[in-house]
Amino acid sequence: MTTAPAPSAAVDKRGTQSPWRMYYRRNGRALNAFLTFVLVWGFFAVNNPTLFLIPGYYNAFLFSVPATIIMTTALVFVIVAGEIDLAFPSVMGAAGGLFMTLVISGVPILPAAALTMLGGAVLGAAIGTIVVYGKISSLVATLGLNFFIVGIVNLLAQGKNIESRDSIETFGYAVFTGKWDVFGLQVPNHFLIAVAWTALCYVLFKYHRFGIRVQMVGDNPDSARQMGINIDRIRVGVFIWSGLAAALCGVILVQTANMVWFPTSGKAYLLIALAALFVGGTPTWGGVGTIWGAFFGALTVTLIPSGAVGAGFAGFWTDFIFGLVIILTMAAHRFGGARVR
Amino acid sequence: MPQTEIAPGNPIVELRNIVKRFGSVEALSGVSLTVRKGEVLGLLGDNGAGKSTLVKTLAGVHDPDEGEIIVKGRKVSPWTPLAARNSGIETVFQDRALAPQHSIVTNIFMGREITNALGLIRVQRQIDEANRLMREIGFTSKVFNPESTVGHLSGGERQGVAIARALYNNADVIVLDEPTTALSLTETQKVFRFVKAVKDSGRTVVFIGHNIYHVWDIADRFFVIDRGKSAFEGEKAAFTGADHLIDMMHQLAETGRADIGSLRKTA
Repeated sequence: MTTAPAPSAAVDKRGTQSPWRMYYRRNGRALNAFLTFVLVWGFFAVNNPTLFLIPGYYNAFLFSVPATIIMTTALVFVIVAGEIDLAFPSVMGAAGGLFMTLVISGVPILPAAALTMLGGAVLGAAIGTIVVYGKISSLVATLGLNFFIVGIVNLLAQGKNIESRDSIETFGYAVFTGKWDVFGLQVPNHFLIAVAWTALCYVLFKYHRFGIRVQMVGDNPDSARQMGINIDRIRVGVFIWSGLAAALCGVILVQTANMVWFPTSGKAYLLIALAALFVGGTPTWGGVGTIWGAFFGALTVTLIPSGAVGAGFAGFWTDFIFGLVIILTMAAHRFGGARVR
Repeated sequence: MPQTEIAPGNPIVELRNIVKRFGSVEALSGVSLTVRKGEVLGLLGDNGAGKSTLVKTLAGVHDPDEGEIIVKGRKVSPWTPLAARNSGIETVFQDRALAPQHSIVTNIFMGREITNALGLIRVQRQIDEANRLMREIGFTSKVFNPESTVGHLSGGERQGVAIARALYNNADVIVLDEPTTALSLTETQKVFRFVKAVKDSGRTVVFIGHNIYHVWDIADRFFVIDRGKSAFEGEKAAFTGADHLIDMMHQLAETGRADIGSLRKTA
């Protein structure tokens, strides 16, 4: 029989890591999402450098990415709280319809947008109340509510579009869609709105009592309850925030479509926003997440379809590349940190 | 409200003839417990003896059906978690109520963040305050700081987070529910260090455990509950050692009553 090796003195190595490693440990998820974007962009760019270095190439990208950014950053709160919201596309559609109805009945664009966002928050509160106080799994409840709300919107609209081309010349329209020329790159106002929204979400998530409590509820709801946090109120709160964001997206979508609203408006964003969220480094298990990661996730998933074509891939490669990027980033995020319990 | 100063050794919390029923089950049938200021009271009892009901009563989770609760000489009613906390009693439950993916400071201020008027966290204030609380119980180390993630801490260190949190708001009485259960020897020693620091600061500790050796090492006085009733209590000096206490608990389990004197020689 061999003798057991003498136990070596346990040396506690925590905290002796380099500042770089500490920084990565704190911000790894957002950094991974940023790196993913750079790598995907770089991969496309080396295939067609001339095209990808022309600023004007990104005009369409900056025009279409804001709604995804706004929705994804708001969904971080929902996922971190341990819930999921599959009803936001219907809120986007309903909000767009409400906005256009207000506009054609004579309400100027800015007050109409404000009222629509209020409506989105109320709808979000209703969805949250059904999920939380009805004690239904948010996956099932919001899946059903998505169909239900889309159905109501379709019935109200009788399947018809709403148009208001006259309001294109107004100040309010310019506030949302006006462009700034930066060295040949057209930066639209609604992209700036999306960046400002992301900054707002960041502060709310990281430095506001609400955001901190969202993280506590998602990490350990029993602990949060024991420490006096009203976890039901926090859960309804994340659905309100999601509804508010969806309404803002609805308002932006109709304006970027030259003041035309389709009853199907918003439908396309369901999988895009969720993919952007997870590519952005927010894990599925709740409690932790990253707003800037979600921002870069939104950039990444928006870049893929047009970028793949720009890089010279035939259009039917898009889904393949899309799927590949999602799978690879999910694997990469494992390095950013497994769940600690 | 003006706080009455209680001299060390005098009753700070008194439970008088507490009865608590759950449906037809009487979990506590007339328990009277006195906690004296500045002591570490070891609360013992077999599984099902009513220990957890008693802890939850101290914490305000249960409002007793009969009997009264007197804190610092004043009867408190209704008895709720908030009333308990406002009377200066903080309870650290067995599961410790931590969020493991977050920092020590975030956990310490869970549910009572220090914010400005807009609800924004005052980050530096919270870190300073966390440092102060952690130093107070000797919960400091080169390998972690208030911004370290709780999930990377050991079991005893996590207990330290929960105890530091309980000290916030200047609680006078800290109730620790099974703080050393499932902890290794070294980790248990860490928890004992925190408990001693809490005691040295003039506060009172109620230490609940079912490992009698752990409770023996840390407590000044013992209170044993059996079948929903106070079985016996005594100063540490009244027992010849932990084994004496264990023999009494055995006798209690077999006969329903225990006698300090008759078992003294067996130690």
